[in-house]
Formats: sequence, structure tokens, C-alpha cells
Amino acid sequence: MLRLFLLFLISTSSAIAESVVIGMDKEKVAITATFDGSQILLFGAVKRDKPAPIGDIQVVVTIAGPSEPISVHRKSKVLGIWMNTDTVEVDAAPSFYAVATSSGFSSTINDTEDLRYKVSIPRAIRSVGAPMDVLDAASFSDAVIRIRSEKGLYQLLENKVNIDEQTLFRTSIDMPADISDGDYTARILLTRNGNVVDEFTTIIDVRKVGLERFLFNMSRENPLAYGLMSIAIAIFAGWAASLLFRFFRTT
Amino acid sequence: MQIYLPIAEVSVNAFLLLGLGGVVGILSGMFGVGGGFLMTPLLFFIGIPPAVAVATEANQIVASSFSGALAHLKRKTVDLKMGLILLIGGLLGAGIGLIIFNYLKSLGQVDLLVKLCYVAFLGIIGSLMFIESLRAILKTQSGLIPKKVRRPRSLAQQLPFKMRFRTSGLYISVIPPILVGLLVGILSAIMGVGGGFIMVPAMIYILGMPTKVVVGTSLFQIIFVTGFTTILHATTNYTVDIALAVLLLLGGVIGAQFGSQFGTRLRAEQLRILLALMVIAVCLKIALDLLIMPTELYSISNASMH
Repeated sequence: MLRLFLLFLISTSSAIAESVVIGMDKEKVAITATFDGSQILLFGAVKRDKPAPIGDIQVVVTIAGPSEPISVHRKSKVLGIWMNTDTVEVDAAPSFYAVATSSGFSSTINDTEDLRYKVSIPRAIRSVGAPMDVLDAASFSDAVIRIRSEKGLYQLLENKVNIDEQTLFRTSIDMPADISDGDYTARILLTRNGNVVDEFTTIIDVRKVGLERFLFNMSRENPLAYGLMSIAIAIFAGWAASLLFRFFRTT
Repeated sequence: MQIYLPIAEVSVNAFLLLGLGGVVGILSGMFGVGGGFLMTPLLFFIGIPPAVAVATEANQIVASSFSGALAHLKRKTVDLKMGLILLIGGLLGAGIGLIIFNYLKSLGQVDLLVKLCYVAFLGIIGSLMFIESLRAILKTQSGLIPKKVRRPRSLAQQLPFKMRFRTSGLYISVIPPILVGLLVGILSAIMGVGGGFIMVPAMIYILGMPTKVVVGTSLFQIIFVTGFTTILHATTNYTVDIALAVLLLLGGVIGAQFGSQFGTRLRAEQLRILLALMVIAVCLKIALDLLIMPTELYSISNASMH
């Protein structure tokens, strides 16, 4: 019985003959008042209990911010004025999404696996709910990718994962300053011949800290107190300014 | 030095904000205006989300109008009774304005609404001011003394619910001041302005108040209307960014003091014509943005923030 169990263990572990172990230079990103973007260094190794099969090992690294529903508006000319006329709700779009690959995207992961693991940027966005009168819903999700790519919020980084000796790999991903906070998911996929061999995910905690966190939380949890505080600060500043300048004028 | 704004969730240069506050402060000190109508569009231009710009600017105006009103209270150039009547309309108007603002926000049309309001009001006020001050300059150059025209019995005197306003020396109906307050309150909530640039001419031409109490009374009621607007935006949209407000404030209060020094060296007509040109320039810039085909036709708004 025990022998059978051991046999079973060996056979299952041989099914995932290669697995991934990773490390990061930081598991937390603190958004402080002077936050000006961040760089995350991801590194890891491929663990093998037998010689590597034929074909080069490839690595895909993705980092995804929290997904949220967004509205995408398109302008058109009405009575000479450019105004939003069509709106498509995108059910879930990550606020940040970077995908780095060890070679060209299509040679690292094949289309079936991309569809299954939702790796490429268009697949990471989930869009349903386009109204019936909007025929070209795809151009709206294209627009999301275009706008967010320009801001560095969506990144496709081909050939940016370095692999040494088919075992050690590392990459670095830049986060722009304009990111929102939440749990970011870092995902590492090992692929061989375009097929996923192993997957590993971990959480990067992106949080506002200190005063930023205090103010943001207060504005959401206690909006009336926050509003009153804003006014109090404004009144005080106005009073202090007039006092200060009267003092300067009299001296 | 980049600074991350906690509510707007964008990173901007702190010195840029201080500078913007300073420049608008100088202008507001020079011309005796709140500067909201310049600051809010400038905040759009540097990439602050419009909803945050409008709400935060309302908060900043609380500070500048409080500072200004203190000076007028000392000089006794505030008609408190008139201020309170205007305020009744103003608070009501701010409430209505916010309902309109939030309704259009849910339709994704709030940017358009805010910009159209800017184009319409800046266009009208700017051109009226320009024509009026040009006339004044031409008159003083030709050496003509402007004739004192006795104003006919105004509408404000004919309507019921009359009340005596001692400081202004008026005995008029309360309906026109409440309506003026209402209109300015609506604009305050939608445009993120104090509304002084509409309130002041309305007080002079519609209510017939003496010029010396106009600015003080306008500032007095603006404190409360913009304060109320701040609370409304903070509790319904969570869009008041206190860090942004403080940076603008610092630049603004310092700038305003320098501005009022410069202002005393220029003649009143010259000042007004400069202000008129500036108002028209901002109006044209916003109008062009609406008329010229934008390079990016698509925009993203956060559905969860509704």
C-alpha cells in the first residue's frame, strides 16, 4: 500500500518534472507622498528532478493590478462639438498590467495556452456588455490598451526576461507613478515549446502609506469629517495669510 | 519634486502646483477675482481629473475668499444681511448644481457640461467686460465725463417681499437676490468657481448695490457656498484632494498679496481690459478643444467611482 502511494507520488511529481521557485526584491510597494514610480525585480530558478526534456525552457512574467469595471467613452461630432456619444462598459480591466517574456511573445507561449491562462494584454481585459447599437466593441478595448499603454500602465515586454543556463531567470518591471493601490498579482509561467509547464503566483502589496493612506481612508470612510477638515484647513490658511501679510505691512 | 496626490491618484510636480497657485494668486490679487475660473481649466490642462479639479478648487476658494472677506469685514464693506439672503439662494443652488453634476457624471457627460459652462460664461462675461472697459478708455481719452444716468425703478423694487438693507441703502424685494444666489450656487458646484465674476456685475446692475460693498459681500457669501460645495463633493464623489488644495493655497495666498500690490500701479480700465482679454483667451482655448477633432477619441472613466 505504502509502495503504491510512493509510486503515485513519484508519478505525479514526474508529471511536473520542472517547477519554478521565485524571489522578488520587494513584496510591498509603498505609495508615499513623493512616490515616483517603482521598479520590481523578479528572479527565480527552474527546479528539476531529472534532466530537462528537449526544447528550450521559456519564462513569462505578468504583474496585474486589481481589476475593476470601467466605462470607455467615444467622442463624435454633434452640432460641431466633440462629445462622448458611445459608451461601452468593460467588465474587468486591470488597472496595471505588464507581461514580460523571455523571447518573442508568440514563440514563448502558444495561442491556446494564452487563451487558457489569459496572458496577453487583450486577453487580460474582459469585455462583455457592449450595447447593441455599438457594433465595433473591439475598438473600445483596443482604445483601453492604447491609452493605458501610453501611460505605461500596460506593458508588453518581449525578450525582457533573461534566462541563464536554462535554469536561472530574472526580469525587472517598471511601475509608473500614476498607479492605484491594491493587491497586485505576480505570475510566472514556465513554458516549453509554447506549452505551459508550471505556474506560480504571488501577491505584491501596493499600498498608500503614512499621510497618503490616512487621507485616502478618511475621505472614503468618513467623508463628512474629511470635508469639514478640508474647509477648516482652508479657513485657517486664509486667516493665517491675511494675518501674516498684515504683520509684514505694519513692520 | 514629484508629489503623489492621494485622491486624484496622479503624480505631479509640486513646484508646478505652487507656481500655478502663485500665478493665479497674482492675477486674483490684481483684479480682485477669486481665480477659480482660471485655476480649474489650468488643472484640467495639467491632467488632474475634472471631477477632482472642480471639487478641490471649491475648497481652495474657501481659503482665498475667507482671507479677502476678513479684510472687507474690517473695513465694514460687507452687507451681512444681503449676504445672508444671497446665501439662502446660494446653498440651494449648490445642491441643485451637484445633482446636475452627478447626473451628467453617470452619463459620462460631465466634462462636456463643465466645459460648455466655461465657454458660455467666460465668453459672455469676457466680451461684456472688454466692450465696457474699451468704452471707458475711449471716453477718458476724448475727455468726456461719463454722464450720470438715473437708473429707472428696477425690477428689484417692484417685486413683493421687500426688505431693507441698511448697509447697501436699499429697500428691495428678496426675490432677485435669492435668484442671483441660486444661479451662482449652481455654477459654483458645476464649474468649481466662487462665481464672483457673475455675482459682482449682478449685484451692481440687477440689485443696484453700491460698488463699495459689492466685493466684500460677494466674498462673504462665496465662503459659505464654496464650503458647502466642498462638503457635497467630498461626501458624494470623494473627489476633494486636500494635498492638491494645500499646494495651490500656499502659492495662491502669497501670489494674491503680490498681485494686489501690482494692481495698485495700474489704472482701473487697463486692469479690466487685461482681465477681459484673459477671460476671453481661456474661453477660446476651451472652445477650441471642443471644436477641433481630438487626437484621442476615446476616454476611460472609472465605473466604480459613480
